[in-house]
Amino acid sequence: MSTETVDKPVKKDSEALFSKRRKKIVTDPLNDDNPITIQVLGICSALAVTTQMKPTMVMSIAVIFVIVFSNLTISLIRKLIPNRVRIIVQLAVIATLVTLVNEVLQAFAYDMYKELSVFVGLIITNCIIMGRLEAFALANKPYDSILDGLGSGLGYAWIILAVAFFRELFGSGAIFGFEVFEAIGFSADGWVGFDYQANGIMVTPVGAFFILGLIIWVQRNKTGYVEN
Amino acid sequence: MRQSNYYVILFSVILTVVLGGLLAATSEGLGPIQQKSIELDTKKQILGAVMEVTAEMDVIETYGKAIKSEVTDYEGNIVAENEKGEKIVAEDVSVEKQYKKAPEERLYPVFKYYGKDGGEEIESYILPVYGSGLWDNIWGYIALDTEGKTIKGAVFAHAGETPGLGARITEDQVQARFEGKKLYNDQGELVSVKMLKGESNPESKLDEHHVDGMSGATITGNGLNDMLENYFKHYQSYFNKKGATATL
Repeated sequence: MSTETVDKPVKKDSEALFSKRRKKIVTDPLNDDNPITIQVLGICSALAVTTQMKPTMVMSIAVIFVIVFSNLTISLIRKLIPNRVRIIVQLAVIATLVTLVNEVLQAFAYDMYKELSVFVGLIITNCIIMGRLEAFALANKPYDSILDGLGSGLGYAWIILAVAFFRELFGSGAIFGFEVFEAIGFSADGWVGFDYQANGIMVTPVGAFFILGLIIWVQRNKTGYVEN
Repeated sequence: MRQSNYYVILFSVILTVVLGGLLAATSEGLGPIQQKSIELDTKKQILGAVMEVTAEMDVIETYGKAIKSEVTDYEGNIVAENEKGEKIVAEDVSVEKQYKKAPEERLYPVFKYYGKDGGEEIESYILPVYGSGLWDNIWGYIALDTEGKTIKGAVFAHAGETPGLGARITEDQVQARFEGKKLYNDQGELVSVKMLKGESNPESKLDEHHVDGMSGATITGNGLNDMLENYFKHYQSYFNKKGATATL
């Protein structure tokens, strides 16, 4: 599971709703402790769903929903969960939430459901979620756990959206289905005089590896993070 | 206490009941809405083979006006009732369930398109097709001309193809490649329409029996080819019978 140690709960009688510590819970996973680029979790789905922006967006929302609510649920019952079956309990909670997402998509966004149900099902195995449950929700209060889930979810979301942006742009020449290259003149009638040649490698998971690698490089260069 | 076997078992049972109940309630509550989405989606797909389905369109109403359906068997005979004497409605025939039977035993729905506002004459025949892609099943609706020889439009859908690769069979741009393609060669033999491997194939390869492929999705493309060829074959006797009665 997660490589981190269990975060220690901090006890205070009355803490501001958005105290410094709580802000840090949300902002840390966005950059300094990003689940994908630093903890290197959730790579599987980061490679799989990121060929286009739209499904990536739905996937992001689904993961944020699942991670926030599973964190909350586990945190609420953390004092009741028997230690020996805690992983199973976590899985059951995640699986339930994922199934709920899938059912709701099927009822209200059938087109999205058709496109994404395979990957939505795979959220269950997304290590980021179990990692947060194990490392944070089991030892912290509900409100903090929500914030933690939100932080990790957003940290996951912005990375896969960034990857999807470049993959769709170069792989299909579009953003959210809008043909960017055609709009700026890459067509037979445009000033360039020929169509944009889609970069096939960007459509395959290999392309995602390249983009992800570049993002990690840039980010670690900026934050000065070194693996020990 | 929290570690005793009794507690663990009790906890697991309660958790299972609570989560299971939640899921059952959701499924039960959303079931009718999901059923409607599926129905609407099927009608959208059928209409999509012959016209552009826009978001503002009343799909159910247009469908009611434009489409009349019937069910045929492998020999091309119209089947109106099942063994129990109940009426068979083409829309209720699950192509997926029929697909699991041997081709000779299947029921084949045919959707006849009478024009957008429901005219007198049949404008095209829409046939459901079903097959396997790379990961899961793929299906679609093919609109043929009144002779059953030229493709007028096609829609495809899938259960689990890779987004951006095989899943592109749902894109208009890919489906449009099938328009105007011919099922029969000059000798009158069924050759079907094949999707090529790779994308941006030269014009010379794209004769009236071939369409451009999807790069990175050759297996889905092959599945698509098999699906089309199989079903064109299965529906052959239906059209042959039609042609025979027309000349009588």
